[in-house]
Amino acid sequence: MKKVIITVIGKDTVGIIAKICTYLAENSCNILDISQTITGGYFNMMMVVDLTGTMKPFAEVREDLQKVGEEIGVKVHVQREEIFEKMHRI
Amino acid sequence: MINLSEVIETNKMIDRENFDVRTITMGISLLDCIDTDIAAMCGKIRDKILTRAKDLVRTGEDIASDYGVPIVNKRISVTPVALIGGALRDTGDYVRIAKTLDACAQDVGVNFIGGFSALVSEGMTPADELLIRSIPEALYATERVCSSVNLASTKQGINMDAVRLMGEVIKETAERTADRDGLGCAKLVVFCNAPDDNPFMAGAFHGVTMPDTVINVGVSGPGVVLSAVEECRGAGFEELCETIKRTAFKITRVGQLVAQEASRRLGYPFGIVDLSLAPTPAIGDSVADILKEIGVEEAGAPGTTAALALLNDQVKKGGLMASSYVGGLSGAFIPVSEDQGMIDAVNAGALTLEKLEAMTCVCSVGLDMIAVPGDTSASTISGIIADEMALGMINQKTTAVRLIPAAGKKVGDQVTFGGLLGHAPIMPVNRFDCSRLIERNGRIPAPVHSFKN
Repeated sequence: MKKVIITVIGKDTVGIIAKICTYLAENSCNILDISQTITGGYFNMMMVVDLTGTMKPFAEVREDLQKVGEEIGVKVHVQREEIFEKMHRI
Repeated sequence: MINLSEVIETNKMIDRENFDVRTITMGISLLDCIDTDIAAMCGKIRDKILTRAKDLVRTGEDIASDYGVPIVNKRISVTPVALIGGALRDTGDYVRIAKTLDACAQDVGVNFIGGFSALVSEGMTPADELLIRSIPEALYATERVCSSVNLASTKQGINMDAVRLMGEVIKETAERTADRDGLGCAKLVVFCNAPDDNPFMAGAFHGVTMPDTVINVGVSGPGVVLSAVEECRGAGFEELCETIKRTAFKITRVGQLVAQEASRRLGYPFGIVDLSLAPTPAIGDSVADILKEIGVEEAGAPGTTAALALLNDQVKKGGLMASSYVGGLSGAFIPVSEDQGMIDAVNAGALTLEKLEAMTCVCSVGLDMIAVPGDTSASTISGIIADEMALGMINQKTTAVRLIPAAGKKVGDQVTFGGLLGHAPIMPVNRFDCSRLIERNGRIPAPVHSFKN
């Protein structure tokens, strides 16, 4: 499994999750978990996504999602899961 | 499973607190490049470095992209060149090797290559002396080569003949590169107890006890520690120390991950993670700012040494458990020109050379990136070096000196190197003479506590 964490941060607006999920569905990326919160009008979301199904290389998925984020005015990070596992779990 | 707040915390470190992996340094042994013919030797060096390091920069960039954490520098360290130069005849041959290293660094795209070095703590071979005498020309004629000389150790004492020689070499290097504010001296460091596996420049070299090729990683993150320390303003020492330790653990874990990945992808063994707080001139990426947050008005105020000792020790304690192999210098760096908070402290009159010397007793490395007046004599520079070597020798720690006696500059002026090397105000030096000490021949014997066998 090629697990990545997608984080979306920005001003809350309609359709943020829809846009990201549409891209993931079109590219056969399986969403394993989603959590989100809105603090002070700012939208914070993270998704755990499995990239095993997609033909696209990691870097391309990352760039595409960043473009999707730019279109709706939010910042998107795509990172492999290990950086968080390593930092926060012993 | 990882939760949202943990993800936000990690990304805040990267986006807002200047967290980065400072360097992936590939250590490459050049012992198999030895040849009596200088042209053949340069050819072998070139072949070896280009083969081993051809994918270094790309791999570093790939890892940075995968994890979303910046890897600022990709660098190379090589076997101390004096060790492979035993058959060379003159300083010109050494300069030729330096130029070969410079060209290799440029071709593989690394910004520095370290190892134009000699280890002379107990005495100099003719090869060591030739290399040392070639340093001013080598650093003048190259852009990316870094040079270091180990002058002393706890086990062997201080080679005062070499200390005297290095005073002259540092002066000459500053004069040769006067048009660039003495930039050559920013790439030249002298050590006591130099570690074999240091990934940080200018003192990186690939020790003879190391495998043929190895991956070492240096992590940094003064901004992350500063932000964590800000959270415990007014708290007791227990909470303060725990916070620093926890933060150091987290940032070192990322270094460990990057080191393992780089090692796996490049196919060379993982050496060590060096967990050092290495400041940059960027605002908020300053060790001095952490000291201020701990509670001194400016770096250099009374209490600074205690604050630094605490910081350095907690960084080590947090980092040690986070990595399977910790090495290098590991602690806090206190360079002046590379740390805006240090520069401000000097300009405010809070920080002197003598206070910096005291601070080097309790943190990693030593008098680092300090600009002094151009008319400082070679013997005074040697005296400053000897003091710092003595601190390292007696306290069984690594110490170093990287001074820039900027030609034509005086107190009140400034030198500017740009980039990570930053800029520095010229600091005053004690004007009393030490030339009779420096003129004595020989070496200072190893201290009594070095005899542990």
